[in-house]
Amino acid sequence: MRHVISATVQNVPGVLAHVSGMLASRGYNIDSLAVGETEDRGFSRMTFVLRGDDRVLDQVRRQLEKIVTVVRVDDISSRNHVERDLMLIKVAATAGPTRTEVKELAEVFRGRIIDVAADSVIIEISGTEEKIEGFIELMRPLGILELVRTGRIAMVRGSPPTRELTEAADGARPADSAPIRESLA
Amino acid sequence: MATASRPRTTEAFITGADVVVESLIAHGVDVIFAYPGGASMPLHQALTRYKDRIRTILPRHEQGGAFAAQGYARTTGRPGVCMATSGPGALNLVTAIADAKMDSVPLIALTGQVGTSVIGTDAFQETPIVEVCRGITKHHYLVTDTADIARVMREAFHIATTGRPGPVLVDLPKNIQVAQIVPDYTVPMNLPGYHPERRQPHPEQIAQVAAAIKRAKKPVIYAGGGVITGEASNELRELARRTGIPVTMTLMGLGAFPAADPLCLDMLGMHGSVYSNLAVDEADLLLAIGVRFDDRVTGKVAAFAQHGFIVHIDIDPSEINKNKLVHIPIVANVKDALTELNKIVEPPTASLGEWHSQIADWKQQDPFAFDTKYPGILAQEAIAELSRLTADRDTIISVGVGQHQMWAAQFYKFERPRTWLSSSGLGTMGFGLPAAMGAKVAHPESIVIDIDGDGSILMNIQELATCTCEDIPVKVLLLNNQHLGMVVQWEDRFFKGNRAHTYLGPIDRPEAVGEGDGISPKNRYPDFVAIAEGFGWQAETVSAKRDLEAALLRLIEAPGPALLDVQVPYQSQVLPMIPSGMTVKELIRQ
Repeated sequence: MRHVISATVQNVPGVLAHVSGMLASRGYNIDSLAVGETEDRGFSRMTFVLRGDDRVLDQVRRQLEKIVTVVRVDDISSRNHVERDLMLIKVAATAGPTRTEVKELAEVFRGRIIDVAADSVIIEISGTEEKIEGFIELMRPLGILELVRTGRIAMVRGSPPTRELTEAADGARPADSAPIRESLA
Repeated sequence: MATASRPRTTEAFITGADVVVESLIAHGVDVIFAYPGGASMPLHQALTRYKDRIRTILPRHEQGGAFAAQGYARTTGRPGVCMATSGPGALNLVTAIADAKMDSVPLIALTGQVGTSVIGTDAFQETPIVEVCRGITKHHYLVTDTADIARVMREAFHIATTGRPGPVLVDLPKNIQVAQIVPDYTVPMNLPGYHPERRQPHPEQIAQVAAAIKRAKKPVIYAGGGVITGEASNELRELARRTGIPVTMTLMGLGAFPAADPLCLDMLGMHGSVYSNLAVDEADLLLAIGVRFDDRVTGKVAAFAQHGFIVHIDIDPSEINKNKLVHIPIVANVKDALTELNKIVEPPTASLGEWHSQIADWKQQDPFAFDTKYPGILAQEAIAELSRLTADRDTIISVGVGQHQMWAAQFYKFERPRTWLSSSGLGTMGFGLPAAMGAKVAHPESIVIDIDGDGSILMNIQELATCTCEDIPVKVLLLNNQHLGMVVQWEDRFFKGNRAHTYLGPIDRPEAVGEGDGISPKNRYPDFVAIAEGFGWQAETVSAKRDLEAALLRLIEAPGPALLDVQVPYQSQVLPMIPSGMTVKELIRQ
């Protein structure tokens, strides 16, 4: 299963290395990782896309929470949320019909041409994973020269879940009070 | 990020190094194991200025210092402190730091670092020790502003000693140590993501556990290092006494429950007792307290306690369902959880008489045993004798890693917590002597004995010098079989006895290829008596059974550091044994 996890971390040196090192050393598979400052400059938010069953997800959350500089971990994908990826893609297109085609396709995908050179253009496009992947496939026959993506960022819809940054229960979540019945076997 | 405000008043400025030392003293540190070098000299200079309040012990290798700090921490519950210079000094701490992480030992490791202006330039004796240690510390700091030292030290002690304890590394660049500052020790900690105090047992969960106990017909308590770390030994004893539930312990848990108690099932797991493993296998309720379902305990994890309803109490939420799915997970301090449980718990409704007599049968059929008719001295016998001779004395035991460690766990009878020091999770050879040293410093009135192997002791043999020079009279019971006995045992069990670099004497001897009797080679190597005497120790060797008791008594009663080299055969095996990844059904008795 695919999960989008958001970790709010203290904005201190080494926290990215700590988190990514933990994930690598415990053998978790991360599809994407994006990091940036939050509304509070003291904190950064990391967004992971992770594949694994619920037990893997649970372990990743707990191992993340165990890192001292990780303040809060949310499973975004378990809630009503939006997610986006930003891509810059450089496509071979000299002036003429190819460039026109690229421009039209970019418009359909609500992308923007942000740089034009003699033999190529750079398109900026954001959206869901499917949309980005779809656009890449359309560009492939034209000749993709270079491609860079930010990795997924995501946010829960509605009232912000991140207000009380330090209020997250440190491991002792309500879930812990419910015995795990499915393992009765 | 909160940083120290600097009230530049009339108060005297002191160096960053002084702030470090004053912080140590403020946190109750009375001893530090520290090996100096270029990047930590200001810290050592500062230590001399406070020598009336903090003792600095010079180990002969940084790893020895760090394990000594562990010995101090494991026997007191207070954080142990070690220090090294940058680069090689810091790297020599790494194994002991990883060891402290695995066994949840509160350890403060201070390292000198090259000046901040040259960090990242491959300067002389520069290593990125924080990068090296990220995954093996509970937390780590590279201090880049002298004003941060007071807060960092406060956080370091808080993190090392609360929740699940562990090692914290503080890396201190040289210019940060020498910079002058008026310290502000009142700066608050900045740890928004660290709240172990919130891990409280939920009353409804405690009630569920009490109900499960009431229903149980074959309950077993599986107690681990968390009971000792959490100072919950008395609460565990009360729970067992009130309910009649038998108790087995992990390697880390030994001492949590008295070996002499009839409810004691001794150690479980790979080299645990037959009866403890059978009891866990048949249990209908397993109370797992301060444990982590380590593979050396569970064997094949799916089959472990497969008939039992499992309650898991642990302070570390990441241990819940990590290796084994459990029915009632309780994330809480073990002491708090057991205190609450003891308020409401009642004995099982059904009598446990049948269960107790079943266990008594198992105990009678398969006790820990060795060949008492063997003409020479067996390692097991030496340990059992030592246990008998020190039973009424205030004794602390440390061990290296290997056969002697397992035999000590089996044959030494521990009655009290914090009297057994073993590198259990990481399994670091060379742990025994320095750990004993640290324990002796913390407990000068106790007899501290390192039961060691001839392989393990060589890995930190240099600490013999520290014991002599710093007046730390520890004892060593050296069980010398001239081999890496545990690997030999596996060679004999699983590799047709092919000797692969497990004989510790000269390679032209027949023992190196598994020939020769090896029982007592004419020329034993090395001469540990001469080595010990060279370091200023009292030492003797013994090979005859009739001489053992007197030699042990001389060891115990020696006023200074003393070593007894016991010549034991390498052919004996640690039994019983559940091979790796298997179950109690595959248990090897012979």
